[in-house]
Amino acid sequence: MKRTNHHQRTYHAWILIAAVVFVTVVAWQSPAASELPPGSSELIQPQELLKALQSSAVKPIVLYVGPRFLYAQAHIRGAEFIGPASDSQSLDNLRKRVAALPRNSRIVLYCGCCPWEHCPNIRPAYKELQKTGFTGVKVLYLGNSFGADWVDKGYPVEKGQ
Amino acid sequence: MIAAIGLAVAVYYGTRDRTAKHTRERDTRSSASQAPALTLVDLGGNKIDTSSYAGKVVLINFWAAWCTPCAEEIPQFIALQDKYRAQGLQVIGISMEDRNSALRDFYRKYKMNYPVVAGSEKIAEAYGGILGLPTSFLIGRDGRIRAKYPGLADFTKLEQEIIALLR
Repeated sequence: MKRTNHHQRTYHAWILIAAVVFVTVVAWQSPAASELPPGSSELIQPQELLKALQSSAVKPIVLYVGPRFLYAQAHIRGAEFIGPASDSQSLDNLRKRVAALPRNSRIVLYCGCCPWEHCPNIRPAYKELQKTGFTGVKVLYLGNSFGADWVDKGYPVEKGQ
Repeated sequence: MIAAIGLAVAVYYGTRDRTAKHTRERDTRSSASQAPALTLVDLGGNKIDTSSYAGKVVLINFWAAWCTPCAEEIPQFIALQDKYRAQGLQVIGISMEDRNSALRDFYRKYKMNYPVVAGSEKIAEAYGGILGLPTSFLIGRDGRIRAKYPGLADFTKLEQEIIALLR
């Protein structure tokens, strides 16, 4: 009897360990799932941003933190090029760009280079502004890509470096 | 323990659903326009004249080594190239904004069996604009673009389309 209980406890312990390892591995494989998940309050949807840009009120500053080839082909009208925030040079550009801004400035970050969960740029850029104490930062949610979620919807873009 | 298992299952399915959402292929096959004729140079310095592939089925993949989902597709492109080379499939990778060293390291690590060239905005625009990675195009033996796969491709469907075009 004692032996059976011992085996059961061991069995349950292994199940628990397996479950914890499983959760850890899944979470590790999708780091994005825990940062800026779809629907979180830090995000702004494309149609909301469009409305904000078209309104007569003070417009947010839109900063593009993705690769240049994408920006050169099409970007949100008025968006400023910062560079892919996965590299330190671009993060430096971002720091310099916002250095003189009030900490409550309305800033929208966007990339759209790749599917949302896998974008290597948007989270480092967001973290950087959070770290620097900016309180009015939103991240444009582009679930698939800039092409699919902005351009294909007919929202206004401009070309150029 | 039940809670832990429940959490594990929920996290797994939650992640899977999100991935599925973004891996959904949006086949925007339209008027089957002529593929652009480009002269490219691969990582080995070899000139690639895309018009020389006339009569073959060509799969063009815009990607980048820094783009995680792009990297996930590469082994499948390698497998397709292996499987259908003799029947006339040619895969070409066009890397966007990769550092040269990172691209070469990636090419070696994955033992890529098809030519890879460093892309440019000009090449992207020749294909009607590449506004997200990965993006792939399937070109028929007649040199016309038969399918576009923005985002991660559905490889089951892609392979079926390759087989149909190779016939």
